[in-house]
Amino acid sequence: MSLASIFVITITLFVIGSTMFMDQLLATSLQTIQQKVDINVYFEPNAPQEEIEALKKSVEALPEVEHVTYTSREDALAKYREKNQNNEIALQALAELDENPLGADIAIQAKETSQYEGIARFIEEQREQDTAQAPVISKVTYNDNKESINTLTAIINAVERVSFITLVVLIIAAVLITFNTIRLAIYTAREEIAIMRLVGASNMFIRGPFMVQGVMYGLVGGIFALIILYPILTWLGPRTEAFFEFNLLTYFISNFSYIFLVLVGIGVVLGLVSSILAVARYLRV
Amino acid sequence: MSPKEFVSIVGHSGAGKTTLLKMIIAEDKPSEGQVFFESIDVHRIPRTKLPHYRRKIGTVFQDFKLLPNKTAYENIAFAMEANGRSDEEISENVPQALALVDLDDKAWNFPNELSGGEKQRVAIARAIVNQPDIIVADEPTGNLDPIATYEVVQILRKINDLGTTVIMTTHNKGVIDELGRRVITMNEGQIVRDDATGKYVL
Repeated sequence: MSLASIFVITITLFVIGSTMFMDQLLATSLQTIQQKVDINVYFEPNAPQEEIEALKKSVEALPEVEHVTYTSREDALAKYREKNQNNEIALQALAELDENPLGADIAIQAKETSQYEGIARFIEEQREQDTAQAPVISKVTYNDNKESINTLTAIINAVERVSFITLVVLIIAAVLITFNTIRLAIYTAREEIAIMRLVGASNMFIRGPFMVQGVMYGLVGGIFALIILYPILTWLGPRTEAFFEFNLLTYFISNFSYIFLVLVGIGVVLGLVSSILAVARYLRV
Repeated sequence: MSPKEFVSIVGHSGAGKTTLLKMIIAEDKPSEGQVFFESIDVHRIPRTKLPHYRRKIGTVFQDFKLLPNKTAYENIAFAMEANGRSDEEISENVPQALALVDLDDKAWNFPNELSGGEKQRVAIARAIVNQPDIIVADEPTGNLDPIATYEVVQILRKINDLGTTVIMTTHNKGVIDELGRRVITMNEGQIVRDDATGKYVL
């Protein structure tokens, strides 16, 4: 009977733990994507250096701009070569040219994702000042990753909703089953309890053991949940790292005390509440 | 009742003897009237203070009511543990109680290893180990053979002589005649006789 109770508590805590990890994973991914948002301004290959510098300075001066990364023409060429090192055709095409076909570029990061619109407009204004004969700005790309961000946010919300409902159901199940287990224990001990009362045992003396029983179930359930989570995270860790750039296992280990406290704490609370309910209802004193 | 009295309550089955005892330990409520213990109305005691009150009364029952998984010593010690007494007090008082009921050599036996008379003696030892003011015994000799009956009654008499008030219910004419103490006769929930020196009249 007590196995059933421990089992349900373990499952509940396991789901809570998984939800915590999933939340962390998705939140970090969202953050990563948001950081990848940027505006790239590509300059004409023969744009004058002072113009490039001037533009760069004026962009840096904008209060919404967090960071501007400048890539010179030479660096741009090196990067291109590296990116296409396995692409024969691209390398050959490059070899045909005498001059470096690439211009310099700057990558602009805003402090907040909402500010990119403003920066983009600013760049456009600068571009309008270009003359047809001596263009400075070749191309402006705005990677707003809007699609990805919106999709990810939608996923996060859906996951939250599903987890919440699942957890409510599981918690109710856990409390009910533990409640029943303790009630059975009380029934089984009814002779002893009667004698205890006759002999003048105080109420706490009689109630105590049952509440301890509830707490123990919660404690054991918490520990089991952690034991189950560990190998799963070990298996998942490297995989999430590859895909999301976030290693679940390292997160687990570095935050272990926090996770331990939360899971075991919730377990203990579940057990305690169930046993208090059972005692209140079935242990008339 | 006065302190240090030894009172026996007799009557038919169903006359209300056990109910009377239950009312004394506040397990049952009277439909009319009140029960006073040293000028406290027993049924006015709040639930939380009831255990405290019950500790002043030692109880002995016809079916012994011993914990089957504990030895004689442990059963008696349990009465002290439930009252929060220390281990030193327990190791002092329990052997004394065992000596009083003459069970020193059976201290470590389990209830299923004891005879009826021995079990009842353990129950009595448990009842007195906290030095209560009163002993309430509900048909203590009901399940015992004549010799054990005699022994148990002698022990109760000894306890009474040492200063504890004793209230006992019984069917047993021989016991009453032998005791020669106050007898209250009940019938259908009413007290019908109160004799100062034992007369068993039905």
